[in-house]
Amino acid sequence: MKKDDYMDLDFSDIEAHFPLDRREFIKLFGGGIVILVSLKDAEALLQQQRTRVRPELPEDFNAFLRIGEDGRVSCFTGKVELGQGVITSLAQMLADELEVPLDSVDMVMGDTDLCPWDMGTFGSMTTRFFGPPLREAAAKARAVLMELAAEYLQVPLNKLQAKDGVIFDKTQNKNKVTYAQLTKGKKIVKKLVGKASLKAVSEFTIVGKPISRTDAQEKVTGKAIFTGDIRLPGMLYARILRAPAHGAKIKSVDTSAAEKIKDVRVVKDGDLIAVLHKHPDEAGKALAKVKAQYDLPEAKVDDKTIFDHLLNVAPEGEAVVQGGNLQTGEKLSAHIVEETYLNSYVAHAATETHTALVKIEGDKTTVWASTQTPFRAKDEVAQALGVPSQNVRVIPPFVGGGFGGKSSNKQVVQAARLAKLTGKPVQVAWSRAEEFFHDTFRPAAVVKIKSGIKDSGKIFLWDYIVYFAGERGSQQFYDIPHHRTVSTGGGWRGAPGSHPFGTGAWRAPANNTNTFARESQIDIMASKAGIDPLEFRLKNLKDKRMLGVLTAAAEKFGWTKSKAANGRGYGISLGIDSGTYVAHMAEVEVDKKGAVQVKRVVCAQDMGLSINPEGAKMQIEGCITMGLGYALTEEIHFKGGEIFDLNFDTYEIPRFSWLPKIETVLIDAKDSPPQGGGEPAIICMGAVVANAIYDAVGARLLQLPMTPERIRAALP
Amino acid sequence: MRETINFKLNDKPMRLTVDGERMLLWALRSELSLTGTKFGCGEGFCGACTVLVNKEAVRSCQFPVKDVKGKEVITIEGLAKNGNLHPVQKAFIKHDALQCGFCTPGMILNAYSVLLKNPQPTHKEILQNMEENLCRCGSYARIVEAIKTAAKEMKGGGKR
Repeated sequence: MKKDDYMDLDFSDIEAHFPLDRREFIKLFGGGIVILVSLKDAEALLQQQRTRVRPELPEDFNAFLRIGEDGRVSCFTGKVELGQGVITSLAQMLADELEVPLDSVDMVMGDTDLCPWDMGTFGSMTTRFFGPPLREAAAKARAVLMELAAEYLQVPLNKLQAKDGVIFDKTQNKNKVTYAQLTKGKKIVKKLVGKASLKAVSEFTIVGKPISRTDAQEKVTGKAIFTGDIRLPGMLYARILRAPAHGAKIKSVDTSAAEKIKDVRVVKDGDLIAVLHKHPDEAGKALAKVKAQYDLPEAKVDDKTIFDHLLNVAPEGEAVVQGGNLQTGEKLSAHIVEETYLNSYVAHAATETHTALVKIEGDKTTVWASTQTPFRAKDEVAQALGVPSQNVRVIPPFVGGGFGGKSSNKQVVQAARLAKLTGKPVQVAWSRAEEFFHDTFRPAAVVKIKSGIKDSGKIFLWDYIVYFAGERGSQQFYDIPHHRTVSTGGGWRGAPGSHPFGTGAWRAPANNTNTFARESQIDIMASKAGIDPLEFRLKNLKDKRMLGVLTAAAEKFGWTKSKAANGRGYGISLGIDSGTYVAHMAEVEVDKKGAVQVKRVVCAQDMGLSINPEGAKMQIEGCITMGLGYALTEEIHFKGGEIFDLNFDTYEIPRFSWLPKIETVLIDAKDSPPQGGGEPAIICMGAVVANAIYDAVGARLLQLPMTPERIRAALP
Repeated sequence: MRETINFKLNDKPMRLTVDGERMLLWALRSELSLTGTKFGCGEGFCGACTVLVNKEAVRSCQFPVKDVKGKEVITIEGLAKNGNLHPVQKAFIKHDALQCGFCTPGMILNAYSVLLKNPQPTHKEILQNMEENLCRCGSYARIVEAIKTAAKEMKGGGKR
């Protein structure tokens, strides 16, 4: 696969449409000023064409904002709020460029009838790719308002200034007019053509300032609405029969006991067997009375044999990047290090399980869903029901965590089918067991690296092959003359026949696997050369941004050279994801039983201009905390298609007691364009902990998660 | 068995005729449409469904509704008084102690119950007493800070 082909993997099956024609649209939005912007027109997006986004973005507009007659500003975006905080940062960008107070902005997110088409909320793309056209739209709106104000106030444009939703005469402050006054009775629709005049970074008053979450009030009072909180008259709650294993075929089913329960409806439609009731718990009790027999396929792999299986079925890989000559590199090296790194399947385990509510009324289908891909869900529902896509509207309320798992919309299709079969609005909310069972796990993966150094500690050889994780983050960034990076296995979805169940994108997909392998290997070479891991990295790096984050992290952490292994140790890991550079340092304590407590983590991050530094820090802290899970405990146990971890009793995610002291450093890079923030800081968590464990007790861990058993086995 | 259960819900008398074996979570969410209390795991492992019964934090997904008879139940909807947020709620906002917000009602009610029992908890005591509430977004550090701030605001009285 070519660089950034990961985007294709997610979007190859989508057909893009915009639901409304221009006239309908204007009718719907009434008066005010509306600015439409096409991503194709936005210069920032043109630069992204190289990412080969598919499908082609629609020719019609993709983003817009409206200034209503009351002066309130609505931002319509196909992105959704999953906790990552774009409800705040997008509003900041808009408010700053438009010169309105932040609290006058209303975010309308992900509604497929109201918002422009969007491929989905993932890949840390919202700020990078949606931010620039949104700013352009806001700048255009400001220009339109300025022209209206010039006429209204009878003052030439160059004497006018906009601030807080008011335009005034710079020479005579009292001569002013509000945006609301200017929009009153107007119906102006403008399409952004060419480049709007954007504010300079130095002129920002809202962007770059730490702003508290704008959704906090709703979320601390219980008023925030998630999909499962919507109530419709006559709605039914469905519980769906789940097979005991992936690949199991149903032989017989007996629903008679469930059918005898008052008010229970049973639906049998091919593979879909469901019980429905006006209360979700009653539906659950009825489901327990359904008896089914299955044919189970022979289990060919389990969580121990999976890695050999993957290596056996791996297709020929393709070089992602290469340079120099590997044979020359090997000849020039005094020490060769060859290692194999493994990581297990990992679950998304968002706190909100996949949920959907579907109502069919006449030819109109309305869907409320916890989804990262509302526009894909719309097409999937249309296909499942055999109706035109424009008759389906998907509305995503707040989403209770996604991490890539809610790019998959299986529950939406289930609810749609059941709504059609019962003639009632139907909610499907997966149980925790279903959430684990149907999850598209982060794939189990293998990385093999052969690398070589001279006695000086200079790396001369890097031969890297990643199996089944995907190529994101596989490209190394050290100064190595002879190198090759190969990716095989078909990305995180996996080539057919490779995984016994579904896999998919998991927060910073592929990069967690790749960074764990690369940064562990770097440490092993440093140790071979007898050089401190910090010094070793400094010696082999030329990339200025990487050197910047590494030095900043070392300074904050107070890095000192390793002492004898005494149970406490320090580790380093570096990485790049979504255009953002991260350097982590950690201190761990390892006891005799192999239990690890991470005491402290420092992360220095260069993300270009940080729109909301407080939001960025929140994401870094979240990444570090969540990342401790895949580093230390998270692993799906299975045999064939049977999943053994179905709740948080055996699948251990990070808890309060795990909490290290977390310190973040945001590099001041205001003049560089903003980059991704929701994922980068998680990629280093495997290696930074592994390297610190090695420093603490001399155990080199080559497999994630680093459980006490594996640590004990690796002790020297 | 259907029975009539009288209890106090968010400071108001409540009379509910339901099968008493049903779990409180579902009575709240589907009989009373109080949807601030969340379903997270259904087996008492995550704490998203935490509510207070006689000021004790309980897992409402594991708590039969018959057991609230004559007792006082507080859900996230009942924590603010006359439009004034509770100090714990205010502290969560101040520290941005949430991301997706799905675990937040349970976190806040559990934190409140911790402070009722121990008005000035140490850092370690906060960790210990919040241990069974899970946040997948990883807001733990900020939640701990929020609880410390709330403890100061409540000045040891633990009064609502």
